[in-house]
Amino acid sequence: MDLDALGACLTTPACVVTQTTSGLIVGMLLFLVAAGVTLIFGVLKIVNFAHGTFYMLGGYVAYTALGVTDSYALAVLSATLAMALFGVLFERALMSRVYGSNVLMQLLVCYAVVLIFDDVVKIVWGPEFHAMGMPPAFQVPPLFIAGGVVPPFYAVLIGIAALIAIVLGLGLSMTRLGKTVRAAAINAQMVSALGVNTTLLFAIVFAVGGGLAGLAGALAAPVRSLSPGMGFSILIESFIVTVIGGMGSIAGALVSALLIGMVRGFGTIGFPQFTDGLIYILMIAILLLRPQGLFGRSS
Amino acid sequence: MKLRPAQRDVTIAAIALIAILVIPFFHRSPAFEDFIIRLSAMALFATSLNLLVGNTGMVSFGHGMFYGLGAYAFALTMQMTGLPLPVAAVLAIAFTSLAALCVGAICVRLGTDYFAFITLAFQMLLYSLIISWQSLTGGDQGLRGGLPRREIFGFELASQLHLYQFCAVVAVLGLLALRHISASPFGQTLRMIRDNENRASFLGVVLWRARLWAFTIAGGFAGLGGVLAALFVSGAYPELADWPNSGQAIFAVMLGGINSFLGPVLGAAILLALNDVVTRFTEYYGLVLGIVILAFALGLRRGVLDFLRLAWPRGSK
Repeated sequence: MDLDALGACLTTPACVVTQTTSGLIVGMLLFLVAAGVTLIFGVLKIVNFAHGTFYMLGGYVAYTALGVTDSYALAVLSATLAMALFGVLFERALMSRVYGSNVLMQLLVCYAVVLIFDDVVKIVWGPEFHAMGMPPAFQVPPLFIAGGVVPPFYAVLIGIAALIAIVLGLGLSMTRLGKTVRAAAINAQMVSALGVNTTLLFAIVFAVGGGLAGLAGALAAPVRSLSPGMGFSILIESFIVTVIGGMGSIAGALVSALLIGMVRGFGTIGFPQFTDGLIYILMIAILLLRPQGLFGRSS
Repeated sequence: MKLRPAQRDVTIAAIALIAILVIPFFHRSPAFEDFIIRLSAMALFATSLNLLVGNTGMVSFGHGMFYGLGAYAFALTMQMTGLPLPVAAVLAIAFTSLAALCVGAICVRLGTDYFAFITLAFQMLLYSLIISWQSLTGGDQGLRGGLPRREIFGFELASQLHLYQFCAVVAVLGLLALRHISASPFGQTLRMIRDNENRASFLGVVLWRARLWAFTIAGGFAGLGGVLAALFVSGAYPELADWPNSGQAIFAVMLGGINSFLGPVLGAAILLALNDVVTRFTEYYGLVLGIVILAFALGLRRGVLDFLRLAWPRGSK
């Protein structure tokens, strides 16, 4: 524990800016993954333990696509679309067979997918770490905000994630599809009885969730290294985000992802050895005081 | 001759134990003995989890914390004090049960999904404590230096044969005790809670108290499994308390069958055997395991023993 260092950082604008930025990066990537988890849980009442795999595959697809097309924008786009498609296939081929069965049976199917694709990645891309490197367009001098260093790519990443958050929030509250999704979250059977094709709706939800995770993987590739186990750690954190924010709440996912990001950003200075522990304590505290999560509806 | 259920269980356990103990006198196979030692730890761990999952309907994602805690408590007691092995083992189990009582007191009132996640959070908290408290636990390197004085009643547990015999006896006795608990009126109460908690509550069962007892007992037996694991690796490693380890126990339970008492034991044996066989042929263990799990989950849709019992029901009742 190093509270002096934390205090010193909080009084230095440069340090605050740097740590806030790194916290925002962590938080926004987490939000993109957790938004899919929470959306799928909200509508289908299924905890998708394979969501980290979408994120991992997104990163690797972007890595390869960048090598082929030499355009980072195309790489991000292809990772997003590929994972949206992968999400649909995963839902249709596997998850739809275990709807309504035991939670543990669903966990088993998801974990099988995690195991299989961790090895598929090892076979296709090799077991070693890959570094995608900063795309050429962003290899420019960093921005300086109040003395803190902010690489331009970070600003773009945060901007894209914030844009997605707005689009997702507006889409869910304003559009017809969004309203149908929210209705299905409350009572999918009734929505189906009213003539909505819920099979298609479930596939769309998985496509959106998969696409967001793929996007997160592609955006994370330049700032983090790619490795076969990378889906696992973000999965745990996105669960924490979902639980803290309230299962099924997009706004909750955003707020708690940013909260976790900030704990990570500043926790590394104050509690370098115990940052993870802080997050788990936060999760336990919230589950005890408000089991339905910060933004969850109490059942 | 018709045996009472309890007598039948004891008879089966005795026959199994004798069979396991006799094998080395005819054929010594280090790989097989190694397998039984690891299986004894894993079987206790998985069966104790099934007391929660199958019997009570409490899905815990963090059961590995008690396995790891048992291993660390036992290994630390052995390294830091001069206590004999059985005393250290009993202390470790008592400590683990106490920890389960405390964690359970916080968790058991929550709903199913939240219970699963909060147990996971507690496990990850323990894991990060183990990693960061380096002066006590050795951090991510684990507790090294081996366990001193590993003998009990003249058995030298550093010898593989003696460790094999010791683990087999402890595991069979532990499983028998768990069987007894699950067949007792208390076990029936737990199944009633699983099937209809409102009705159980109306009949006067204090839900949280029964659940807390189940959680504490399950934690204690997982701790016993951890003690055996610590004996096997001669120390303790953070991986024992990490969440993939809880996952292993869940898969053992699911593969074997949650509604059969011996299901988790069979599941643990399948997982360990798969691990041993597959890693010999390919480095892509996860790929093979994943496909096997998918085949089980989508093909059988239940654990092996549950499937067999459905396919060949025992005579009419």
